[in-house]
Amino acid sequence: MEIIEAYGTLLILTAAVVGFLMAWGVGANDVANAMGTSVGSKALTIKQAIFIAMIFEFAGAYLAGGEVTSTIRKGIIDSGYFVDTPELLVFGMISALLSAGIWLAVASYLGWPVSTTHSIIGAIVGFAAVGVSADSVEWAQVGGIVGSWVITPAISGFIAYLIFMSAQKLIFDTENPFENAKRYVPFYMAMAGFVMSLVTIKKGLAHVGLKLDTTDGYLLAFGIAAAVGVLGRIAINRIKFDQSSDRSMHFANVEKVFAILMIVTACCMAFAHGSNDVANAIGPLAAVVSVVSSGGQIASQSPLASWILPLGALGIVAGLALFGHRVIRTIGNGITHLTPSRGFAAELAAATTVVLASGTGLPISTTQTLVGAVLGVGMARGIAALNLGVVRNIVISWVVTLPAGAGLSIIFFFMLKAIFVV
Amino acid sequence: MPTNSFLGVFAKSPLKPLEDHIDLVDQCSQLLKPFFEAVIAEKWSSAQSIQQKISLLEKEADDIKRDLRTSLPNGIFMPIQRQDVLSLLTQQDKIANKAKDISGRIIGRELTIPVAIQPSFNAYLARCLDATSLAKVVINELDELLETGFKGREVDLVESMISELDVIEDETDSMQIKLRRELLVIEDQLKPVDVMFLYSIIEWVGDLADIAERVGARLELMLAS
Repeated sequence: MEIIEAYGTLLILTAAVVGFLMAWGVGANDVANAMGTSVGSKALTIKQAIFIAMIFEFAGAYLAGGEVTSTIRKGIIDSGYFVDTPELLVFGMISALLSAGIWLAVASYLGWPVSTTHSIIGAIVGFAAVGVSADSVEWAQVGGIVGSWVITPAISGFIAYLIFMSAQKLIFDTENPFENAKRYVPFYMAMAGFVMSLVTIKKGLAHVGLKLDTTDGYLLAFGIAAAVGVLGRIAINRIKFDQSSDRSMHFANVEKVFAILMIVTACCMAFAHGSNDVANAIGPLAAVVSVVSSGGQIASQSPLASWILPLGALGIVAGLALFGHRVIRTIGNGITHLTPSRGFAAELAAATTVVLASGTGLPISTTQTLVGAVLGVGMARGIAALNLGVVRNIVISWVVTLPAGAGLSIIFFFMLKAIFVV
Repeated sequence: MPTNSFLGVFAKSPLKPLEDHIDLVDQCSQLLKPFFEAVIAEKWSSAQSIQQKISLLEKEADDIKRDLRTSLPNGIFMPIQRQDVLSLLTQQDKIANKAKDISGRIIGRELTIPVAIQPSFNAYLARCLDATSLAKVVINELDELLETGFKGREVDLVESMISELDVIEDETDSMQIKLRRELLVIEDQLKPVDVMFLYSIIEWVGDLADIAERVGARLELMLAS
């Protein structure tokens, strides 16, 4: 108790700085994964991608990031174990942030495709299980989270397969693909708009101060979806298309329509990424703040301090603005044969899966969900060549990241304890 | 700076190199037309320079072939079988090899086409080269096939092009029979060794259409699997 009273401000500041840096790292590095498909299929320029990402990452983090944040903040460890020693929870959460941040820095330096989510969950479980007591971990919750890492790529792959096949049926395998693209693509846009707005309305508006009942919520989501569809239709009609009617030009025109659709799905993807990944940076921070500001009380009912989500959102945007450019450029090159019609199917499926998972509070990995979606399109014979070796590396990185994050956080935990508890 | 990006899962597409390869191969074999014009006019120096162009293009095609083979390791997941891609490539490459062999043999022996069979020979050559051109068009449909997930209307269209290839090959077969008969008539007036080589040149030109048809057949197998 005395420790928290004596060093409270310092601890909050430390956690805030580390949390901000972590959010910054998410923005600088991880966003490349979210936006890479759009840039790779030439639907967006790097500048446009950064611009979209800045707006929608912020919106996603701020409006829909709360559920996952609260899972990370209080869903993984049983706070009952910390009632007498709240300072341990504070130290632990700071160590978790530090270790996840360092592990991510090391991994991106070495070029390993690790997941922010996995590192933070591994780190939290690590300090709690080893530093405090194995019983202090809510193993059932952790099991559910780990299970979701296996299930969400599968779900997103399945959705991607369905979306891709539907586009084939409705548009590509028809007499006049171009006309059908103009007709059906707005519906895909509306679907993206619907998913995004529904989750925002159901989960996000409450803490902004707006509360809608279920019917109104659905009606509003439908309204927004319809508006997105209509706007998309207008945008499609305004684009000039190559009039020559030979068949291969037909597909080129169809892809132009899909490129417009990809702008919408890129927004959706950035939103989804923000909503899911902001929690990795600020979930632990939120836990620290709630313990310290209540003077050492472990109050699981305390609301999320209002400055925390915007801080994380700002961190992501700052990272994006400073480094996103370089990172996206390095990955955006060299993707061949990824046309907008494939990119859109993968992105929409991944974004839908992530947004829905964020709504339920499950911290999943955006990257793995995207990989699942890409494989789904591949199964539908839509992508020229996929490198299964890289998929294997990604899977290995899941497995390695958990113990690595845990080990680092245990080390930091005992270091912090030694520094503060004399 | 290596990045922890998942976009590494997108491997290099084998379709573009396949298309580039057949484009070169077709360019290479189409040069036989001006080559034989020069031969018939007995302009050996220009025939020689065309022959060099042919062998240069054949080499370029070989380079693409090698690149593609090394960029297709196991563990690449494609909508088409890896083995099918490789054997399609092998067939395509044989067209360029054949064109090179034909021009090389003619130059080596300064072998001319006898006046009596020239009209039939030119028609025969043109038809065989039609087959290689069509094979090029068919292979260039791979892009569109990928767009449509290798099924549906696009597959039907490619299959109809492949059956047209079969028709052309059949035609060249009967043209070959006619050409041989014409050669038989004038055989006695020519040097026996030249006659033997003429027969083999006629056969090789026919091989161009044969191989083009086989390219189509491989693609058809690819689509069926």
